[in-house]
Amino acid sequence: MKGYAGKYLLVNLTSRKIVSKMLDEGMAVNFIGGYGFGARTLYDYVPAGVEPFSPDNVLAFWTGPLAGTIAPVSSKYAVFARSPLTGFFGFGISSGGFAFELKCAQWDGIIFTGRSDSPTYLFIDDENVELRDASHLWGRTTWETEQMIREELGDDTVRVAAIGPAGERLVRIGNITNDRNRQVGRTGMGAVMGSKNLKAVAVRGTRDVEVADPDGLMKFSMELNERLQGPKTEKYRVYGTPANILIHNKLGCLPSYNFQRGTFEYAEEVSGERMLKTHVRKIIACTNCAIACDHVNEVREGPYAGTVASMDYESLNMLGPCCGVRDLNAITKAVEICDTLGVDTISAGVIIAWAMECYEKGILSSEEVDGLDLRFGNSEAMLEALKKLCLREGKLGNLLAEGVKRASEIVGRGSEKFAIHCKGLEWGAYSMRSLKTSTLGFAVSIRGADYLRSGSYQVDVRGEVDRLKLDYSRGKIVCDGENLYAIIDSLIICKFARGIFSSVDELAKLYTLTTGIEMTGKQLLLAGERIHNLAKCFNIRHGASRKDDYPPPRAFEEEMPDDVVRGAKITREEYDEALNGYYDARGWTREGIPTAEKLLQLGLEKEAEEIAKYQVSHELKLTGAK
Amino acid sequence: MALKTKMTERLKKIIVCNVDKCNGCQICEFVCSFTKEKVFNSRKSRIFVVRIEPFLNLALTCKKCDDPPCVRACPTEAVQRLSDETIKIDEEKCIGCGWCVEACEFGVMRLNLETGIAFVCDYCRDIGEPQCVKYCPKDALRYITIEQAARELSKKAVKSIVQELLSACITTI
Repeated sequence: MKGYAGKYLLVNLTSRKIVSKMLDEGMAVNFIGGYGFGARTLYDYVPAGVEPFSPDNVLAFWTGPLAGTIAPVSSKYAVFARSPLTGFFGFGISSGGFAFELKCAQWDGIIFTGRSDSPTYLFIDDENVELRDASHLWGRTTWETEQMIREELGDDTVRVAAIGPAGERLVRIGNITNDRNRQVGRTGMGAVMGSKNLKAVAVRGTRDVEVADPDGLMKFSMELNERLQGPKTEKYRVYGTPANILIHNKLGCLPSYNFQRGTFEYAEEVSGERMLKTHVRKIIACTNCAIACDHVNEVREGPYAGTVASMDYESLNMLGPCCGVRDLNAITKAVEICDTLGVDTISAGVIIAWAMECYEKGILSSEEVDGLDLRFGNSEAMLEALKKLCLREGKLGNLLAEGVKRASEIVGRGSEKFAIHCKGLEWGAYSMRSLKTSTLGFAVSIRGADYLRSGSYQVDVRGEVDRLKLDYSRGKIVCDGENLYAIIDSLIICKFARGIFSSVDELAKLYTLTTGIEMTGKQLLLAGERIHNLAKCFNIRHGASRKDDYPPPRAFEEEMPDDVVRGAKITREEYDEALNGYYDARGWTREGIPTAEKLLQLGLEKEAEEIAKYQVSHELKLTGAK
Repeated sequence: MALKTKMTERLKKIIVCNVDKCNGCQICEFVCSFTKEKVFNSRKSRIFVVRIEPFLNLALTCKKCDDPPCVRACPTEAVQRLSDETIKIDEEKCIGCGWCVEACEFGVMRLNLETGIAFVCDYCRDIGEPQCVKYCPKDALRYITIEQAARELSKKAVKSIVQELLSACITTI
């Protein structure tokens, strides 16, 4: 079994005991790596009733079999825990050089349990692993922490994944940063890390990464690298994902003013095309990536001159148009604040946009927003609110730090209707009412509102389906997308490369060349389905059912005002039909619960047994309701 | 005679990295460690990507210096300069003292972390073409003479001046 390191770390932060565990071959074949290993870990380690910030929650870092090898776009790792935002399956994927370094240190992953009684960080120096004091790092930004750890270890090649002050303060959208610009962004993994008093993980790996067929992998990888210079990745290479601003604006699916609208009158000013001319100073790549998409902005004039931050479409849209903000300088500053203090830019933008709508509607008083003039488009107020959120400062900061679901429940007064989230995770930069297959994909996602679990926005944006309608058949599109993405997230490779593979068989080929384990595309997709079902079982255990798979009320109750999609909204009937289609495609009940039959078919025996209990309790509830 | 030697040396081909194109992907390091050692391990690469946050990325390898400091520094004559101007390490003679490492102005001479023996880029002399150059996805790496690199820079400068002049003309019109 090559490619894998074959072992992982189990670190108990309470007892400070560190154990090396062998990676089981069955685990490798059935769950591949990354997302699959994370699903296995969460299911096995986090029983019902374990609160996200409890020491009993786990925090697991996993790489995939390809990390550390020459397989393209493979230096990726994922972090898992029960999410403090959703209460369900939490995870995020990051790239940079951290995963590659961890594999070179010959570890597939790290599972943290317990809670340290004082700030600590883990230093992995090949086989030497130790918990070190992090008192002097507590309160430091992510960038400072990375720098200080490298200085104290006397090696600037050490890779560091760290939380910022937001994670320390249990801001629920706290994230984890490595290599300065790369984040495990979503579902509050940084907050869980903070709850464990774990400031950072630092890694130095110097060992060889062995693969089954080095010559074959080299040859295939170089061929793929060449494809990566072709048309399928051009968007990412030239303008980066901000190219989406004008594309989405034209289609009326660019969320602006807290998703009230799908166009932005100043879209041109915040476009990728404009940004490339006025802000992008350098485009950099993650380790072993032949695409290079990371557009690093520099603010050249005005009050934020000198600000440097990496900009992508989601950050740009949520902190820009979604807040009505059109000043690229301020948006770059906002991303810098998020990255250094350590919060997810997407969630942050949606939360502040919600607060702005509350303020404009008179739901939040001036006193409740700490005296800020929190109107849409006021970039200074947006930045102030953002800092307060990250540091839990004042009334406003403490409210917003809870995430948009909890904040809207605290405020009430009808503000829940325009809190744009699903399962507690804030919605990404795809309008709900003018991209309906996308919306189904977001809403059924196991980690909450999420475009990255199925990529179902693609059929809408490309015009392969009528994006303004929903029907039964969309369920299958989402389901197939999820199975494929589960594989991509388990191997783990970058989704930006997805277009260069002629079929899933090529992904299987990468897997076999690396590991020596025979695998077909069909088997891989089955593993994808297995992984996704396992993650779903975790959610069922923590109370998920059909009710959690709906978009927020704005999707159903308000019509889009933009000319290009005027009047668009989702009807309950069409959504229910599409959701039924999804559950049927999955082989789940119409309550959204995996059937024993499906789980057994996927080889998930003990899960089938447990989930059957929930099945019964749901049926009882339903009967009771009648 | 001395003059002739110098001229030839300025026309020698070296690996040149374009700082605008280099994005720090490290693919050259992977390709190198695979080519030279048949393993994936960037610490066994003979080319090194230097990243200085937030903007600077540049890959560095042996510059084929005149009168190489690494050769001068070696107390056991393990570090030798061949007639094609590449450096060769005699592994039998190398005692792993690291003086060549200290002497190299560019930090591209290293000691193998496992064996302690010095290693450096040999321009893939057995293959005939540096593999890092061949596989650099952004063509940031080139195997050219310093003269050629200079000529290309001149061309680029002239192009951008002409473009500026042209756009100025258009604006005036």
